[in-house]
Amino acid sequence: MGKNKFLVSLLAVILGIITGALVMLLTGYDPIKAYEGLLKGAGFILQVPKNATLGDIIFNKRLGDTLLNTTTLILTGLAIAFAFKTGLFNIGVPGQMLMGGFFGVFVGVKLSLHFYIHTPLAVMAAILGGALWALLPGILKAKYGINEVVTAIMMNYISLWSVYYFVQNFLKGNFETESAIINPSASLRVEALTKLFHGSNINLGLFLAIAVAILVWWILDKTTFGYELKAVGYNIHASKYAGIKVNRNMILSMMISGAIAGLAGAVYYLGYTNNIKIGSLPQAGYDGIAVSLLGLNNPFGVLLSALFFGLMNAGGLYMNAATKVPNELVPIIVAIIIYFAATSLMFETWLHRIGSIFRKKEGGSK
Amino acid sequence: MKYIIEMLNIRKEFASIVANDDITLQVRPGEIHALLGENGAGKSTLMSVLFGLYKPDRGTIKVKGKEVKISNPNVANDLGIGMVHQHFKLVHNFTVTENIILGNEKLKGLKIDIDYARQRIKELSNRYKLAVDPDVRIEDISVGMQQRVEILKMLYRDSEILIFDEPTAVLTPQEIEELMGVMRNMTKEGKTIILITHKLKEIKAVADRCTVIRKGKSIATIDVKETSEEKMAELMVGRKVSFKVEKAPAKPGEIMFKIENLNVIGSRGVQAVKDVTLSAKAGEILGVAGVDGNGQSELIEAITGLRKAQSGRIFINNLDISSREIRQRNEAGLGHIPEDRHKYGLVLEFTLEDNMILQNYYRPPFSKRGVLKRNEIRSYAKRLIEQFDVRSAQGPTTIVRSMSGGNQQKAIIAREIDRSPQVLIVAQPTRGLDVGAIEYIHKRLIEERDKGKTILLFSLDLDEIMNLSDRIAVMYEGRIVGVVDADKTNEQELGLMMAGGGKG
Repeated sequence: MGKNKFLVSLLAVILGIITGALVMLLTGYDPIKAYEGLLKGAGFILQVPKNATLGDIIFNKRLGDTLLNTTTLILTGLAIAFAFKTGLFNIGVPGQMLMGGFFGVFVGVKLSLHFYIHTPLAVMAAILGGALWALLPGILKAKYGINEVVTAIMMNYISLWSVYYFVQNFLKGNFETESAIINPSASLRVEALTKLFHGSNINLGLFLAIAVAILVWWILDKTTFGYELKAVGYNIHASKYAGIKVNRNMILSMMISGAIAGLAGAVYYLGYTNNIKIGSLPQAGYDGIAVSLLGLNNPFGVLLSALFFGLMNAGGLYMNAATKVPNELVPIIVAIIIYFAATSLMFETWLHRIGSIFRKKEGGSK
Repeated sequence: MKYIIEMLNIRKEFASIVANDDITLQVRPGEIHALLGENGAGKSTLMSVLFGLYKPDRGTIKVKGKEVKISNPNVANDLGIGMVHQHFKLVHNFTVTENIILGNEKLKGLKIDIDYARQRIKELSNRYKLAVDPDVRIEDISVGMQQRVEILKMLYRDSEILIFDEPTAVLTPQEIEELMGVMRNMTKEGKTIILITHKLKEIKAVADRCTVIRKGKSIATIDVKETSEEKMAELMVGRKVSFKVEKAPAKPGEIMFKIENLNVIGSRGVQAVKDVTLSAKAGEILGVAGVDGNGQSELIEAITGLRKAQSGRIFINNLDISSREIRQRNEAGLGHIPEDRHKYGLVLEFTLEDNMILQNYYRPPFSKRGVLKRNEIRSYAKRLIEQFDVRSAQGPTTIVRSMSGGNQQKAIIAREIDRSPQVLIVAQPTRGLDVGAIEYIHKRLIEERDKGKTILLFSLDLDEIMNLSDRIAVMYEGRIVGVVDADKTNEQELGLMMAGGGKG
């Protein structure tokens, strides 16, 4: 069953790419060139330039940027996937990510400490901010049965405009729409990585994200806590029957999801931008839904699908510049892939049918 | 015309199983023809084929001698075939009249001609002695009356051939009597009835002929008058079966379970359990009988902690558990085989082994410091699977949703019995199961009793209650209307009490 589902996701991606190619053909562009551009833009060297060292080829800046993009998506994807496992749809990830980011940036700007203390402190603050922001929807859902989708969306707006206000009043930067820049000692960027990837903003966040993916897998798969969370997600009634504290688990699940979203805020605002641009919610928060869906809500699936989405995002701009294919095509392809992934049930039926035809044929030849 | 319905050599195959294998059913006009078979024998599939819900892979269907293709239920309706489903298909906030005409509304201008409909329903209900009030809402009437509405629905559509799918499952003995009368009336008026059931007594009481189906094959068509119940059972199961549950007299000990003045408010805000006081001893099965919806479910939920009691106290072995959490009740020695196994008893998406530890996952040996110990869980699950003969495709790692109902129930029973609780609350333990599984489950429950456990058995199946219980309490409208010794009572007396008649 697990294998079948993986095939379905892969099929969704392939069909998405083919449909994208058809769209390009219909609008008069060369799909081969376009996809070549996409890969190039994402940092995959297709033609080796002269005098390039192996390090130049592998660790180029574009690949660094792809991984940078991927880092945030891994975490937002994990945040959504974790809540999904408990039967909750945490659409509040963008708001939690922004609020977490604000907490982190606040610590990063206001304090001045040694790197080994400052960065962890700022990251912890971000995690706390995200978790706190998810607490209210969690409580409302658990105690009063209020739909978490509605409350979380509203929390997104509250987050958006609170941060807007806070930044303008407490973290004033050089521009009207941006906060002050954090002290370098709070940044997740390290010189060694930046150098290795020829000036990319790729940072320690990538390792944090992978570690969180492993942690999430371990909790869900190996611990009694994960057992409880999944039981609640699949069947609230049976969980109650088993004596599991359903309400507590819902709130905890929401908070952990929020904490991961907060960490996404940390890697984005403390690793990539190093300040907060106000007036919009981070797109990566919403993209997490798609990442989680394509990754089958599985932590390792999320790693792969985040890499794929990171590649599309990072490569899209270059594709546009190199081939004149409009940059809007990337979101179109992504949307098509999500469509295919969302209708995965249809594919499963198809796969099943194809499988049974083969089985019948084998049976007939005997 | 010799036969009104002929289903000849019907074969219907699903993905992996053959549900109907060359079945032939021939029904004479004006008779009551019973279709007898265990659960999963293929009765419902066969009737779904006749009603146009499934397309047969092979075989022919003739109605009144003419070969027909029944591609959907509308075609069946046009041919005069109607069906009363086991689970009624009624709109709860519509009136009786609105439900009956649904999908068949006669218009008067742009409005539905409700007066005409009401008039016809009154006529029909007089003619067939099916007492209903056309203007009450479905949610306000009893299950028995809901069934009459379903029957009227078919008569309103002038169906000539009526299929009844397990019609007596939800009725009291008296209501069953009434239904039999209605069936006889209908055949007098020239209707033909196909009765799906696995209850031999009912067949004996009302049917003319009976076709027995076993494992997808038609075994025999017999004349009911000339065949004994034992013979029919043997044909159905394929071996000799004992009807009476073998059990030694109970040796009751101390009082282990007690409820005092329990009051519970139900989901709809009404008082569902009213001032109930009950007690049960070690080594005793206390049956709780009653028509569905008389507060049994709420009582179970209050005992097990799934629902808050309004007032009153519950004791296990003199320990007051009435204000405790579910987990503490479990730890105090309460077990629960729930009424709705899919809702409460199992996490269907979990594997079999994960379901086996549903209440104990947090305890050693299944986990240590919050980390699950997979090896221990697997070997435990393997032991239970073997001991209780739970059959599944992949053993401990089978996803429970893919298992058959009987084996799902066996898994729950294995889990609850192996936890060895002093007090076991058992609700509808054999609903929807076949004879073999029922026999097995009954045997295990008696064994637990003989080990000195206390069992509270809630069942809508009066035979089950009478066969297993040592004492029987009857619930009516939230109250216990009487407690009687099982060997000093009979169906008649219990039936009266179930209908609110009180003892004596």
